[in-house]
Amino acid sequence: MLTLIIIKLITCIAVFAISLGVAAYATLWERKFSALLQDRVGPDRAGPKGLLQPLADGGKMFFKEEIIPNVSNKFLFILGPSLFMLTALMTGSVIPWGKDFTTAGGSIISFQITDINIGVLYLLGVVSIGVYGIMIGGWASNNKYALLGAIRSSSQMISYEIAMGISVIALVITAGGTLSLREIVGQQDAGYANIVYQPLGFLIFFVCALAETNRAPFDLPECEAELVGGYHTEYSSMKLGLFLFAEYINMFISSAVMSAFYFGGYNFPFAQELYNAIGLQEGSIWISLIGFGAFFTKIIIFICVFMWIRWTLPRFRYDQLMNLGWKILLPLSLLNLAITIGVEFLRGNLQL
Amino acid sequence: MKLTNRSKVVSNKEQSLSERMYLPGIAKGMLITASHLFKRRATVKYPDELRPIAAVFRGQHILKRDENGAERCTACGLCAVACPAEAITMESAERKKGEEGLYREEKYAKTYEINMLRCIFCGLCEEACPKEAIFLTDRMVATEFEREDFIYGKDKLVEKVDKRIDVTKRQTIEVAEFKKIPGLKHNELWQGKLKK
Amino acid sequence: MLGFTITQWMFGILSFLAIMFALMVVFSRNPVNSVLYLVLTFFCVAGHYLLLNAQFLAVVHIVVYSGAIMVLFLFVIMLMDLNQEKEPQKTWLNKLIAGVAGGLLLFVFVGSLKGAEQLQLETYGASQIGLVKNLGKVLFSEFLFPFEIVSVLLLAALVGAIMIGKKEIR
Repeated sequence: MLTLIIIKLITCIAVFAISLGVAAYATLWERKFSALLQDRVGPDRAGPKGLLQPLADGGKMFFKEEIIPNVSNKFLFILGPSLFMLTALMTGSVIPWGKDFTTAGGSIISFQITDINIGVLYLLGVVSIGVYGIMIGGWASNNKYALLGAIRSSSQMISYEIAMGISVIALVITAGGTLSLREIVGQQDAGYANIVYQPLGFLIFFVCALAETNRAPFDLPECEAELVGGYHTEYSSMKLGLFLFAEYINMFISSAVMSAFYFGGYNFPFAQELYNAIGLQEGSIWISLIGFGAFFTKIIIFICVFMWIRWTLPRFRYDQLMNLGWKILLPLSLLNLAITIGVEFLRGNLQL
Repeated sequence: MKLTNRSKVVSNKEQSLSERMYLPGIAKGMLITASHLFKRRATVKYPDELRPIAAVFRGQHILKRDENGAERCTACGLCAVACPAEAITMESAERKKGEEGLYREEKYAKTYEINMLRCIFCGLCEEACPKEAIFLTDRMVATEFEREDFIYGKDKLVEKVDKRIDVTKRQTIEVAEFKKIPGLKHNELWQGKLKK
Repeated sequence: MLGFTITQWMFGILSFLAIMFALMVVFSRNPVNSVLYLVLTFFCVAGHYLLLNAQFLAVVHIVVYSGAIMVLFLFVIMLMDLNQEKEPQKTWLNKLIAGVAGGLLLFVFVGSLKGAEQLQLETYGASQIGLVKNLGKVLFSEFLFPFEIVSVLLLAALVGAIMIGKKEIR
């Protein structure tokens, strides 16, 4: 019992640290990558090759003056970013980061904090709670623009959650009706990755993930020029930092979810052949670590695609954004669901 | 008049299906940005590396001293007359006994000021100078916080005795050749052949 | 611990929190705070679902109620800008009617609780009743008719909302 708790504690801390670390370096990579795409050099002054830039940015955020609007609700004003950060970090707990391995003592240790049998729903639930951080933050600022920005962002998130949920349902049907992320990843071990069966579903999920994480081209909170920013207009110092940082954690987690759902998570093509060639036994820690590396490579590729899109596409207008969500993605995801059900029924995987 | 060959004619025609799906357009745009990953960086890391500048680059002015360390300027005012931006002012004074080492000519500039905010760095002062005293160098004018600090006096303009600034490159071949042409009033004045 | 199992402790704590937050919903002066307390109450109720091994219900409760419906409530309340100065003065008649109605509701609740048998929660303890698969099977066989009726009701509400939302009726 005690060893289990210790192991879980270590996994928790590891996931926590990796989420924060990846998010921190994603901020640097965002700037570097945008520079590369625009024929610039990017930040390279802090430390060797600018590698300490996230520390400098964080330090700057911490030492900035903290302004809490005079007539705002102070408790809710502080609660908003905390809640947003909390939900961003909570999602990491159900993602299977690697294969289980067996220790010398014979106990099985998994690379996942917890495997709940409704993991997919848990993800959707936590994401839907994330809206509250935005709403509370925007309202507690006691500023019309922040309030409008909060309503804009949260209605955007709610709208895209629907298409996202329906595309996930189609995925779950393909994956054999399981809602556990571990099983969804596991069943891609033997066969093909789910992207082969769900190309349209992946596209919808990807667009929705962009919208859910408030990334470009759906980054209306960022547009200070046209809309006076978004829900974080009144925020300063590390509270603003938390909002911005949570966005990067969300991006990391949604990349992880996408690679787990559609690209086989820690599996990669010819994995078993590779393990046989090196002579690794089933249950070896090296298999877990190699799988973890493969998973991470996929995540990093996804993060790069997120950034690539951000520095390519112009921002949507708000009505275009809503039209895309409700009039295009929702019918498309329903169509995808119908096709999936039909195909699965014909394949004999579904019974009446 | 056609200014660029990248211009496109805008039309209001109905979008075709592939255009309305946007995905091909998005893919095209993504490829364009991706191609920039492999292009040359346009950045010059300024304090570490300098942009290559021409030998005759017109930067901050300098008032030269001659080989003995005496100021060459004789406060004739030709540079101030030539200056199209009226950035140069000066006051002249007569050289006293015992100051021969300081000033080359009998008359010298007591004050000499250039307003760097007015100056357009055209180089006409340099051309007008009959005494080879003022030159523009490849140095940049530093930034300041106050407008007054941009009015450079003799303390900033006259070159230090121990820190001479090389302006031999400033005298381009053309100028050197021009100054050798006999019969030109400017040249004879400079060579001391013509008395005032 | 004090003769209670962990489940009973959890039940007690969750119930206490749920009732406390529910009271806060009623007593807090600021409507936005009320909504937020209501969200917390929903979380406690979701916790109760978890204790009953109904994970699906718990998560759906959070997704639908906390994640969607209460956000819409919050939209409306935030945009209406309700605050103490603008609060309409309630007459004593209003208060009396509200008191009588609330009292009657309480009476009904107490009466129904008194007549109800005590549920044997332990029987559900180890079963898989709350899993999605079992719930789906029950929903689409035994309770198919009510399920479809509810969906028709929702559809009607949807159409009604669109009709109201339309600027002009052609």
